[in-house]
Amino acid sequence: MYPNDRVATFVTENFVPVKIHIKEQPEVFRRFGAQWTPTLMVLDPDGVERHRFEGFLPPTDFLAQLELGLAKAAFARERWREAEDRYRRIAREFPDTDAAPEALYWAGVSRYKASGDAAALADTARAFRTRYSGTSWAKRASVWGR
Amino acid sequence: MPINWMKDVDAALAEAKRTGRAVLADFNAAPM
Repeated sequence: MYPNDRVATFVTENFVPVKIHIKEQPEVFRRFGAQWTPTLMVLDPDGVERHRFEGFLPPTDFLAQLELGLAKAAFARERWREAEDRYRRIAREFPDTDAAPEALYWAGVSRYKASGDAAALADTARAFRTRYSGTSWAKRASVWGR
Repeated sequence: MPINWMKDVDAALAEAKRTGRAVLADFNAAPM
């Protein structure tokens, strides 16, 4: 059940949504390696898994994870500018979610991939000094700031 | 706004390929 209107609208506008129930389709659980419920999985248009998350999340965090899945799908297809836009939107619109620091990291990588300019990575390292500085993503980005 | 959930993952994948959209697969154990 997805009672939140914002979530329902976002799912409808951005995905082909499919529900798989463990009792009705256990073989599909096995096929995709889903071992817990709920497991939400984003598959790109070629059917490749690009993101998954398990367990309940409130609407804001849930939306952030869906956006993260779309951003990862764009990145995997080397659509760097689309990926960067999506990642930056996550950091901007969902700043208090777990997805935000990860999105900030990959936004910098996406910009670097698009431009070839290492300044994009240094800028990201600098951004982490003031936001999300205690996160593992800040640690990963720290090497770019030396 | 109700979500129009499919139940067939292969049909969903075919639709995704046709439309260029990603699939959101919800693996659940909700009461039936």
